[in-house]
Amino acid sequence: MAETTTTHSAIHHAVAEVPARHVGAAPAGPAHAPIDPVRVRADFPILGTVNRFGKPLVYLDSAASSLKPQAVIDAVDGYNTQYSSNIHRGIYEIAERATGAYEAARASTARLINAPEAAEIVFVRNATEAINLVAYSWGRRNIGRGDTIVLTEMEHHANLVPWQLLVQEKDGDLEFIPITDEGILRLEVYEALLHLRPKLVAFTHVSNMLGTINPVKQLTEMAHAAGALVLIDGAQAVPHMPVDVQAIGADFYVFSGHKTLAPTGSGALWARRELLEAMPPFLAGGDMIREVHLRRSEWNDVPYKFEAGTPDISAAIGMGAAAEYLMDLGMDAVQAHERELTRYAMEALRRAIPTIEMYGPEAEARGGVVSFNLPGIHPHDVAQILDRSGICVRAGHHCTMPLHERFDLAATARASFNVYTIREEIDALAAGLREVVRIFER
Amino acid sequence: MDDLYRDYILEHYRRPHNFGVLDDPTATYEGSNPLCGDRITMMLGIKDGVVSDVAFTGRGCAISQASASLLTDEIKGKTVEEVEKLTPDDLLDLIGIEISPARLKCALLSLDTVAHALADRAASHEAAEPERG
Repeated sequence: MAETTTTHSAIHHAVAEVPARHVGAAPAGPAHAPIDPVRVRADFPILGTVNRFGKPLVYLDSAASSLKPQAVIDAVDGYNTQYSSNIHRGIYEIAERATGAYEAARASTARLINAPEAAEIVFVRNATEAINLVAYSWGRRNIGRGDTIVLTEMEHHANLVPWQLLVQEKDGDLEFIPITDEGILRLEVYEALLHLRPKLVAFTHVSNMLGTINPVKQLTEMAHAAGALVLIDGAQAVPHMPVDVQAIGADFYVFSGHKTLAPTGSGALWARRELLEAMPPFLAGGDMIREVHLRRSEWNDVPYKFEAGTPDISAAIGMGAAAEYLMDLGMDAVQAHERELTRYAMEALRRAIPTIEMYGPEAEARGGVVSFNLPGIHPHDVAQILDRSGICVRAGHHCTMPLHERFDLAATARASFNVYTIREEIDALAAGLREVVRIFER
Repeated sequence: MDDLYRDYILEHYRRPHNFGVLDDPTATYEGSNPLCGDRITMMLGIKDGVVSDVAFTGRGCAISQASASLLTDEIKGKTVEEVEKLTPDDLLDLIGIEISPARLKCALLSLDTVAHALADRAASHEAAEPERG
């Protein structure tokens, strides 16, 4: 943590000079100091707010969207108040500053997942858009009649529905890696599915409902051995753990900025350069072209080929600041903090409500997500009662309807954690759940 | 403090009125809110234009199930015309608690399901016996 301030100011000053390509070494580096929750929480102004009953915010819905630290808010404000202008165009000071900050954000984003070069990062609105980009651009060129795409039973709708549309259009097939009752992928079935010679295997890095951390490197190696490309949905991984796309060996890796302490409207697609170069544009318009004639055009280089029109510049700059903030804390430290909290939460909730049903693997094998049900009480009622105490949890199917069907569940309540979550908030949740039971049993 | 979970709401949730099935309903419909998993099947027995019998089954949150319980009490004995005229506001008055926008779908599922049951019945009647004159 001691290095935080220097690194931060260095980044702000270096914004315009950071080269857009050839990003530095892996983010792993030396182990970081453990997370100091008090210090981290001071960085998040929203944590000082109270609800309509004067209760402090207990935000346990980070898997849906994360809170934003002051560094991110300042980065967005800085753009809006000091150099709000378009990028890649203006020959004047603030436009050059905007371009510099936008490309520096790309470099920071690349470093966060250890992408080999910043130019392999395509800015998008969120992971959903990134997957759609791949499905439309790569998919419509490479998936044909009878081709198979392998997914898993635990995918978020964002990593399912775009592929449904694609195979419906192309007369291809989807196959699914099933899961065990503990929420673990059944690799022996995956092995068998690979005999179908799929063109693509797409899976989530961390399940947003079960919390399962999938063995992405192994899954990727198996896919490659069978001749398939691999797309990984990192929406629940990048905010919470070290991610190294080169070590994993992935072909496509996507994540959302707004779950990664960054503003809504920011997200990234990473893909290997040769894939991006071979892919046709997804959206067409300004900035994605080199030459335009009335009847034909030539595409710009990657990543600009995929960034038609004015992007969400301030959100991208905010994502760069979020990446720097997280790398300063150290993703290894972030993960250690959240794993400890998850362990604590699973114990505390079981102690508070012995009849609670929890889904997914034990704390050691999961990210900071705990989905649960109280017997006989619908999760909407649970969430509604918790809300009065300022406690925010998600209730519903969390965009994983097939997964809920798999467990024969209409809905679940879900508490999810982030670097700013503390034990006291878990205690508040446990007390809140006891209150829910008290109300329903009175 | 528990405005939404007043005793009578929880009472209707725990021991819903008219919960069960009709052997030979004249109108029936299964309504659901896929987003939250609330599910209600409404069964109406209609005789001489009057809802003489009503039953429902379902599962879901306290609001959706209590709403169905209250609504079935309300419509029993009413004419089909009267039931068709019931508005969401009428049902919300019946429920009698402040419903937040996010929960409106839960609260109104029962009425929506009754409306569908009646509409289906009307449609099948028209198909079976075309209007004369």
